[in-house]
Amino acid sequence: MTDTPIDRMARATPPHVARRVRGLSDRAIAWLFVAPTIFLLLAINIFPLIWTVRLSFTNFAANRPGREVEWVGLRNYQRILTDDGIWANMQTTAHFLIWTITLQVLIGFTLAWLINRKFRGNDLLTTLIVLPMMLSPAVVGNFWTFLYQPQIGLFNYVVELFTGVPASSFSMLGAGGLAKWSIIIVDTWMWTPFVMLICLAGLRSIPDYIYEAADVDRASKWRQFWTITVPMVLPFLMLAVLFRGIENFKMFDMVVLLTGGGPGNETLLASIDLKREAFEKWRTGYSSAYAIILFVTVFGLASIYVKALNKVKER
Amino acid sequence: MKARYLTATAVGAVLSAAGLTASTASAQSNELTLCWAAWDPANALVELSKDFEAQSGIKMKFEFVPWPNFADRMLNELNSGGQLCDLLIGDSQWIGGGAENGHYIKLNDFFAAESISMDDFAPATVYAYSTWPKGEPNYYALPAMGDANGWFYRKDWFEREDIRAAFMEATGRELGEPQTQKELLEIAQFFQGREIDGQTVYGASIFTERGSEGITMGATGAMYAWGFKYENTPGAYDMEGAVNSPEAVEALEFYKELYKTGTPPGYDNAYMEQSLDAFKSGQVAMAMNWFAFFPGLAADPNVGGDKIDFFVNPAQNQPASTLGGQGISVVSYSDNVEGALDYIKWFAQPDVQKKWWSMGGYSCHVAVLNDPDFVNSAPFAADFLAAMDNVYDFWQEPAYASLLLAMQDRLHTYVVADQGTAQEALDGLIADWTEVFEDEGKL
Repeated sequence: MTDTPIDRMARATPPHVARRVRGLSDRAIAWLFVAPTIFLLLAINIFPLIWTVRLSFTNFAANRPGREVEWVGLRNYQRILTDDGIWANMQTTAHFLIWTITLQVLIGFTLAWLINRKFRGNDLLTTLIVLPMMLSPAVVGNFWTFLYQPQIGLFNYVVELFTGVPASSFSMLGAGGLAKWSIIIVDTWMWTPFVMLICLAGLRSIPDYIYEAADVDRASKWRQFWTITVPMVLPFLMLAVLFRGIENFKMFDMVVLLTGGGPGNETLLASIDLKREAFEKWRTGYSSAYAIILFVTVFGLASIYVKALNKVKER
Repeated sequence: MKARYLTATAVGAVLSAAGLTASTASAQSNELTLCWAAWDPANALVELSKDFEAQSGIKMKFEFVPWPNFADRMLNELNSGGQLCDLLIGDSQWIGGGAENGHYIKLNDFFAAESISMDDFAPATVYAYSTWPKGEPNYYALPAMGDANGWFYRKDWFEREDIRAAFMEATGRELGEPQTQKELLEIAQFFQGREIDGQTVYGASIFTERGSEGITMGATGAMYAWGFKYENTPGAYDMEGAVNSPEAVEALEFYKELYKTGTPPGYDNAYMEQSLDAFKSGQVAMAMNWFAFFPGLAADPNVGGDKIDFFVNPAQNQPASTLGGQGISVVSYSDNVEGALDYIKWFAQPDVQKKWWSMGGYSCHVAVLNDPDFVNSAPFAADFLAAMDNVYDFWQEPAYASLLLAMQDRLHTYVVADQGTAQEALDGLIADWTEVFEDEGKL
């Protein structure tokens, strides 16, 4: 007879406890263990979600406790979906999302591919590259505000050095057309190391014998890259894209510190706009509808993406 | 034995808890928390309040929040029924929401019982800081800190012969304090990019901030001077032709020109702090800011003293200044309303008001403002009086935050992001505000 940990625990259970538990089915015990988690999930996630859906059909304002709450049906949704300003914010968010992810994937993968080779100082270089992602977004926002300052900022100075355009003649954060790119540059600077680390993990998971076999088959390095490296790193890369996509869809702190959504509304991401509607204008019903629309969008896109990711993994 | 021991312990615990509660309640009744923005006058109020502590035995605590977060932090506190603040020196625009949402205690009965007369305070400040609905004798605050948006400049540069000669040559007139908005623009453009003592300087630092209220407070300084109005008939919310009048459009175009041709590079999101920084670092010849900062500027070791002077916001079609300042209110959620009312009673006394002014606070009491020595009591005192005679304020409606954010958005898009025209910005603003008032059931 084997003496498993479960057997030992059963023997150690005091008789009065054992008496109470005896009679409960395995299913009941399983529920007993899972119940606290389910309760927390319901209380913290599901209930607020249902409550938000309910509020989205009303004109409730959290700062007007005495005002009569009216049921407005789909009016909040209709107003949001026909509001040009909100569509412009969604476009701004999409622009930010697409460019940051594209740049981070390209640069992150390239860095990972380069750093995967064995050379002196490899570890030190890796540590230095990942430093930006260890900083707080608040610090990064303030730090880059100084870098972008037209009179004293290093960024403008470097641009002047390479292009001859006077440093004080343009403002990255204040000029129409440039501000969108300024936030993309900062996010790319901060989060490319994250993509690089995930890609590096992918690259290091490829067994050497596959490349050795390819060498024996006289496959060129270019062919090895496209038929071995890329397909085997792809699941990792897609995971990185998923993480960055979700993170950047809700990007708030760094952009608020850099531009405050300006100039005008040029960098007003959906998350910043939502916060203003909910906690500055206190249009709780309206902002609930806004939040539900964003939630459905993210959830829908993420579901499609995860299915694609699973298909890639199965290959 | 064991049961008796447990009972005794439980009774002891209950008694100790009761004792603790009693002592906490007692501590609370002997404490008051005053909430305000974190700036120079708040420090003066801490000093002033020591007299109240000595007289009343009540300990004063203070919660000061930096201006950019002040509205967010305090309005969230009020909206959640928070008990952090017993007294709140809230912005003038909050009075409508404070009154209608029950955040502030109505002070009429208290004023009557304590013989505190609103006639003892400057009428403009009573109207702006205390009453809701506007102009009605329903008081929700005592005028605490008079303020308006004014200007200061480098007097030492304005007095230099070489600069004066260059200005005369460029404009055909003497360099001096601008009397109109257009003169102000001319001076700003004259200084823009000029070399002074080997350093490139710029015309003026103005408010362009996007996130809270900056660009609205700055641009309305020009718009009021041109004759901008919110409504054709007060209280009717008839904005067409008032908000987008030809004068308002011209004023907004003026503000954009001032921003584009007379301000330092990169000041595209600048408010109080950035304006002070630009001036103190010797970058600009002129700067706009609230009078509240003027005592500190006058005493600044680098740019204060003989190097600085002040002027009221220049007129254009009419004399006008953007109103700042706040009244002090008792928060209805306070658990020490009596103590808070005692503080207001103490603060309303003429002697305390005089001391308040001497310490750097802007009293609104007529005993201070009508004192014959007042205009000579500080280099900016006369300008302050002139400004307070012609102040204009933003909407003070309960939905003021929605109204303000809409204006921030429209002005910043036109002035800083350089999109659209002034006419489009103001037409769009009317559409935004109409939507807000429709939601409020006022249109």
